[in-house]
Amino acid sequence: MWKWFHRLASPPHLYRTAAAFAPWFAFAAALLIGYGLVDGLVFAPPDYQQGDAFRIIYVHAPSAWLSLFGYTTMAVAGAIALIWRIKVGYAVAAAAAPVGASFTLSALVTGSLWGRPMWGTYWAWDPRLTSELILLFLYFGVISLRKAFEDPNRGDRASALLGIVGFVNVPIVHFSVYWWNSLHQGGTVMRLGKPEMPGSMLWPLLAMLAGFMCFFGAVLCVRVRGEILSRERQSTWVREVVSA
Amino acid sequence: MSAAETDVGLLRGIGLVLARELRLGFRRPDQLLQPLVFFLIVTTLFPLALSPLTSLLRAMAPGVLWVAALLSSLLSMETLFKADADDGTLEQLALSSQPLGAIVVAKTIAHWLVSGAALVAMSPLVATALSVPPRALPTMLASLALGTLTLSWLGAIGAGLTVGLRRGGVLLSLIVLPLAMPLLIFGASATDRAIGGENPAGALYFLAALCVFTTSLGPLAASAALRITLE
Repeated sequence: MWKWFHRLASPPHLYRTAAAFAPWFAFAAALLIGYGLVDGLVFAPPDYQQGDAFRIIYVHAPSAWLSLFGYTTMAVAGAIALIWRIKVGYAVAAAAAPVGASFTLSALVTGSLWGRPMWGTYWAWDPRLTSELILLFLYFGVISLRKAFEDPNRGDRASALLGIVGFVNVPIVHFSVYWWNSLHQGGTVMRLGKPEMPGSMLWPLLAMLAGFMCFFGAVLCVRVRGEILSRERQSTWVREVVSA
Repeated sequence: MSAAETDVGLLRGIGLVLARELRLGFRRPDQLLQPLVFFLIVTTLFPLALSPLTSLLRAMAPGVLWVAALLSSLLSMETLFKADADDGTLEQLALSSQPLGAIVVAKTIAHWLVSGAALVAMSPLVATALSVPPRALPTMLASLALGTLTLSWLGAIGAGLTVGLRRGGVLLSLIVLPLAMPLLIFGASATDRAIGGENPAGALYFLAALCVFTTSLGPLAASAALRITLE
């Protein structure tokens, strides 16, 4: 098991492993998102309070979840790279950052579209919303810090450190609805005991969640391959791969 | 310098760096005054732009004070490591027998004394101009003191990350401002509660907790950042 992880630290090996995983992730994502969209948007019953408007949760909740998961992936990959000096960790962190930022933006946009009919406003200065917005700014900071350095090596390490520092915001986003009296509703799925949702609404949501995770995995695999190719462009194995 | 002289011990090392930084700070009075003047000017803009009505001023005073303090601290933050990095002193300090974290602590505290503490000392003047009642001043001073110190640690991390960059100033704001937002929320709400005659203890405790948290972990993160940008 450990040996398998250790071998991932080698760029050519990770390049091949990512290539092997990407289609499976993409396939699973297509299946799960396809099922979730049809079941969630067509067959699930309308909410007794929110009517059909609740259906945006099938995009919103997975996006919000992935915005945190993406940041965690980026911070953990950066930490692994900084601590054990495993260079591919920087490639993973660099690949994950824009994807996570896009999910954050998607969560904010879908949330505000839902907020207009439900709360009567596109935006409220509520702890959950504000901390999610801060998450987006943190993503921007990490991405632009990496690009600000002329020496890519330093940019990688500096942005990895900033990612770790900014990680304090992740639990704040996650627990904000419990810590403060938030306008945003509490969690319905990720909780101890029985979820507060009937199965007909819950299954498509779980499928969308898993589908978004697989989609993230697939995109990450493709982007990591690109990152590795551009980072290792001086090495012989990349020249062989590219010329082949 | 002989080997015996270089080994001065941790506390004395911190004291030496602190004294040097303070001396340097007071020898460049313009660098010390500019952020304060900036603070003054920014707070002057709001009554001119919005309205000089006392009730309105009182309602927006906490926010104005805090945003202005945040921006003006950010302005002075860039200079924290810049001069020392430019002339190579920072590398010598990093190579010295003292841990880099301790040197960061000394530099940041010295920087807070000449910028943050000065800003706190000047804030009653600005607050009175924004018609903050005198009974709210102690809370405002406490919240700004805790807040600017926390901000100094956050700024040390940001300045450490951007010290080698040519256009580091904007990036520094982009890095530090999101991290400083909780500070703004609790600081402004403490001041706001004190103005309204309510008990501001909750928000002040939160600020104190943030201050302790950043004081304990900030030096580690900032010295890690410096090691990355210096090498």
